[in-house]
Amino acid sequence: MSEILQTILPIIHTFGEDLFGTLLWPLVWTVAKVVMLLAPVLFIVTYITLAERKIIGAMQVRPGPNRAGIFGVLLPLADALKLITKETIIPKHADLPVFFLAPTLTLAPALVVWAVVPFSPELVLADINIGLLFILAISSLGAYGVLMAGWASNSRYAFLGSMRSASQMISYEVSMGFTLIPVVMLTGSLNLVDVVEAQSDVWNIVPLLPLFVIYFISVVAETNRAPFDLPEAEAELVAGFITEYSAMSSGVFFMGEYANIVMVSFLGALMFLGGWLPPIGLLSFIPGLVWLGIKAGFLMFVFLWLRATFPRYRYDQLMRLGWKVFLPVSLFWIFLTGLMIHLFKA
Amino acid sequence: MVADIVFYLFATITVIAALGVVSVKNQVHSVLFLVLTFFTTSALFVLLGAEFLAAILIMVYMGAVAILFLFVVMMLDVEFSALKERAMQYLPMGIAVGVIILIELIVIITQVHIDHDAAGAVASDVPNTLELGRLLYTKYLLPFEIASVILLVALVGAIVLTYRERKRPKRQNIQKQMARTPEQSVELKKVASGEGAS
Repeated sequence: MSEILQTILPIIHTFGEDLFGTLLWPLVWTVAKVVMLLAPVLFIVTYITLAERKIIGAMQVRPGPNRAGIFGVLLPLADALKLITKETIIPKHADLPVFFLAPTLTLAPALVVWAVVPFSPELVLADINIGLLFILAISSLGAYGVLMAGWASNSRYAFLGSMRSASQMISYEVSMGFTLIPVVMLTGSLNLVDVVEAQSDVWNIVPLLPLFVIYFISVVAETNRAPFDLPEAEAELVAGFITEYSAMSSGVFFMGEYANIVMVSFLGALMFLGGWLPPIGLLSFIPGLVWLGIKAGFLMFVFLWLRATFPRYRYDQLMRLGWKVFLPVSLFWIFLTGLMIHLFKA
Repeated sequence: MVADIVFYLFATITVIAALGVVSVKNQVHSVLFLVLTFFTTSALFVLLGAEFLAAILIMVYMGAVAILFLFVVMMLDVEFSALKERAMQYLPMGIAVGVIILIELIVIITQVHIDHDAAGAVASDVPNTLELGRLLYTKYLLPFEIASVILLVALVGAIVLTYRERKRPKRQNIQKQMARTPEQSVELKKVASGEGAS
């Protein structure tokens, strides 16, 4: 992999400098890299919607969508076409700039964080030292889109839904952040490539299994997915903060949600499941990208599995779980990890 | 050159957004401008090479503090025209605070000289997260601990101030709920027609 890159890259660079000039080429190259990164991400985001309906269909013993193309493979495209061509209805007293900024602000952080996600030691757009902090910082901005959507819609249902949703996201961000701290303590670095390389002996899930469970439940709650999809509790709140959104502006919200699911699945695979490392050395002939895909894909599958399995939580139960169970347990594990590192390093 | 362009871009947005905070009428827009100011300021921190401070600024100020502002401002339905009528009486106070901050800034900019080649400076290839942590837990351990205790006191104080005990708490007791049996909770009564249950 790295040898191929090293032979091809100089050729591309000289060709590009001829074509665009030395001044413009770095810009063009950066844009090209961003496109190369985001195109697969958006492809996964598009097709996870189909996977969701197919998998839940299979779990409920029904075929799921099967009309558009073979096995319904064209369904996401049909959905996109439908969303684009539908009429956008704007509430009368909506605050227009904020109303349209909100869906963008939900999707943008979910895409920006991919800049630091490594797919192999070489395949990373920005290999920065504070990779994990960057991810946590940018993904904490997702709550703004939700709050702005609820306020700008000028509707009680949307506003109450956004309040619930935002407080849920903030609460679970705390426990998600705390479950990642012991991983950083074991690695001694916030750089995601270092985090994965440090797991070459044993994956972090082995010493930190309870934290992985807490991490996963927290990200399910943070991405507003079932069984924690209270913002969309139809029976109480119509459709939560998305109530007043129609056509593509609501489609962008859903893209943001699915992009977040894909992102936290990859992050979980990198932080706890050894990223691109194979489970045993014998299997190292399979490329690391495939391993990472398998691990992240499994976590995404669990997201869909949970939706088909569990009934929705009540709001006070959700808050109790976050603040009174996960927070103390993860804080205790930070202390325990520190103690273990101190004892075994000595 | 590229760094200059990026700096002026973000600096311009910061200044415009900061002006927006104090000049727009709608208080929610004002908070959103404040958020934009925080964001571009953290971009300026990145340009300075202080990426840890940038990430913390976003996480703490945008991810927590400004969201709480937004919560409060969105929920309060305050009639601001009534407040504005009395705004003039606070003008001397406001001017005094502004002048003090201005003097402090001038003193800092003109008097404090940052010596980049001083003996205490560390090489730029050391990640500043590492170096900050090292300094906080060795040289500045006591101030750091005192600051965290003060924050804790503020936290406890806020809870004590806002805690309001109900006369009849409506807490959910899971054990009690699970222990309930149909015999305890449902009572069947024979109701004769025309009399009603008692």
